[in-house]
Amino acid sequence: MTGTETTATRDVVAEHEAANPAANVTALIPQTPGGSFRAYLRNLRGGETGSVPAVVGALILMVIFGVAQGNFLSSSNLVAIVQQAAPTTIMAMGLVFVLLLGEIDLSAGVVGSTAAAFGAVLSVKHGMPWYVAILGSAAFGGVVGLVLGWLRAKLGIPSFVVTLSAFIAFQGVQILVINSKSNGIQVSDQTLHDLYFGRLSPAAGWIVLVVSVLLYVLVKLVQSAARKRRKLAVEPVAVLGLRALAIAVFGGVFVYLMNIDQSVAWQRREGIHQRGVPWSAVIILGLLVVLAFVLTKTRYGRHVFAVGGSEEAARRAGIRVLAIRTSVFVLCSGLAALSGLILAGQLGGVSTGDGTGNTLLLAVAAAVIGGTSLMGGRGRIVDAILGGVVLAILQNGISDLLQGNNASAYELIIEGSVLLLAAAVDSMSRRARR
Amino acid sequence: MSEPILRLRGITKSFGPVEVLKGVDFEAHAGEVTALVGDNGAGKSTLVKCVGGTYAIDGGEYLFEGKPVTVRGPRDAAALGIEIVYQDLALADNLDIVQNMFLGRESLNRKTRTLDEAEMEHLAGEALASLSVRTVKSVRQKVSSLSGGQRQTVAIAKTVLWNSRVVILDEPTAALGVAQTAQVLDLVRRLADQGMAVILISHNMLDVLKVSDRVAALYLGRMAAQVKTSEINHTQIVELITAGRSGSLGLVEHAEAKEGAAA
Repeated sequence: MTGTETTATRDVVAEHEAANPAANVTALIPQTPGGSFRAYLRNLRGGETGSVPAVVGALILMVIFGVAQGNFLSSSNLVAIVQQAAPTTIMAMGLVFVLLLGEIDLSAGVVGSTAAAFGAVLSVKHGMPWYVAILGSAAFGGVVGLVLGWLRAKLGIPSFVVTLSAFIAFQGVQILVINSKSNGIQVSDQTLHDLYFGRLSPAAGWIVLVVSVLLYVLVKLVQSAARKRRKLAVEPVAVLGLRALAIAVFGGVFVYLMNIDQSVAWQRREGIHQRGVPWSAVIILGLLVVLAFVLTKTRYGRHVFAVGGSEEAARRAGIRVLAIRTSVFVLCSGLAALSGLILAGQLGGVSTGDGTGNTLLLAVAAAVIGGTSLMGGRGRIVDAILGGVVLAILQNGISDLLQGNNASAYELIIEGSVLLLAAAVDSMSRRARR
Repeated sequence: MSEPILRLRGITKSFGPVEVLKGVDFEAHAGEVTALVGDNGAGKSTLVKCVGGTYAIDGGEYLFEGKPVTVRGPRDAAALGIEIVYQDLALADNLDIVQNMFLGRESLNRKTRTLDEAEMEHLAGEALASLSVRTVKSVRQKVSSLSGGQRQTVAIAKTVLWNSRVVILDEPTAALGVAQTAQVLDLVRRLADQGMAVILISHNMLDVLKVSDRVAALYLGRMAAQVKTSEINHTQIVELITAGRSGSLGLVEHAEAKEGAAA
């Protein structure tokens, strides 16, 4: 009896194997540009929405605001958008790490601004140079993140509670650090101002672009060669070429727009120029390269994804879950400090109450709009940039479009709705992938 | 007959006043599939966790390749080449097959100290090919997109990658359909054919008869019998599981005690 059943099941396997003759045990990579595009569409339908919602959202918003206000698409306004996006984007980059573990850091806004206040005190009251102020600020953020992360990872207090407590407590710490009757400190250091307002020379902007594209192509070619050596499927050169071309064209348009001289008549007479890629954009590019490298090319980054995907699997694989969980809060608070410094550059100093309100929620919204999941396990550094730009476009456009008594009320309602919409897209795409 | 790669003699294990293993003898041979059967509460999981180092044994001898060893934790067991594939698999859904197979043991490029993706993909592909796995389309598929059988395949193929000597599979077919069960059993057979000692925990007698070389039946914390599969039939296994003896096989003293109670 058992004998016949055995042969019966063997037949099922044989049939199955006959139906699936290709024993392809390498990666399945489409070998034509058309095939790549079709595979991309298939992923989209499968719920891997990636950057699409953010890019489409940005384009739609730009068209709407561009039609509604003639000067929205002027180069000076585009520069302003890039600058306005910077603080939110950098904070969102840190939050990506925290969100990857399915955690949240509600304190990043306040902790970031408190760290920036610490940096301002170093610069103004102790006369320290700008780099000491930045390092001191980042160290302040890092230490706070270490404590928060430890409380979450070691004691098992939900991150929501730990960071909400810190959100409240650090508003008090901020007042103590600033310790001024005027509730603020004016920063005079030019470099700290330039974190927000600084511009590269036009030539430097082009050089950064060319170097970036060449490095991208070089890295891809080296990776491709390593795969070929082991006889693995590789991406066709045409697809790589198209990608590089797309980056070069987009980057070229960006640098061109940023390099248009926006100086007014009297400035031009004095020989003052208002042009060049903002420093903040270069800082963001640098952070993108470094953090994306950490997240996708190092063992640490792989383990962050693993803990976010399945803590149990990570633990059994010998990954130190506690250390990973603590570390993401350190990164998040450290980057929040940098974000706070750039905000301080914009505002010309630090004052009590900076970083409260919806600063943090906007950064979370940026990461989620870009495509990072609130439930953990899925996210990219570039998401923070995409979402940060969408939000900057939205804020910049709406503040000019809405006028009258209730303008700020509508602005808040719209911003809140956008966060909700992004979270809804995240949840729905998650369901589609099941 | 060759020396078994893993031999346990008189293993005892208690949790407080509850004696779960009462002197268990067990052996597993390289190149063979040993089915470990027994009713719920017979001590299968406890025995496996003792082998894997999750539990420390209270008494008895643990011999690996004929030499007594002390296994104090999962790391000790892993160092000997003992790998356990648990029922819940514990794969990270958001990572792909290669990433899961190398989780915690990623290959690094010697010069740059970065992840060597090409190397890992190559080795993962080889491991799958050595088991003639045909059901996986691409090794870069996310695990979330895999079926139950494919997940099991990934978890099992991982043991090939790490040159395991003893592989313990906990109910690998419990949640699978007919075709997938057959695939996984084929895989189990191929693992043994590669020279590993495979220990298969299963409740399914058809699976046991189909794929195993030996059957070890636990009954209330004792080894009722460990015999060649070819010398035993379905009914006898069921009797060993439910009563601890079957004809001349099984626990003698237990049967006597029972008869004594009846008289």
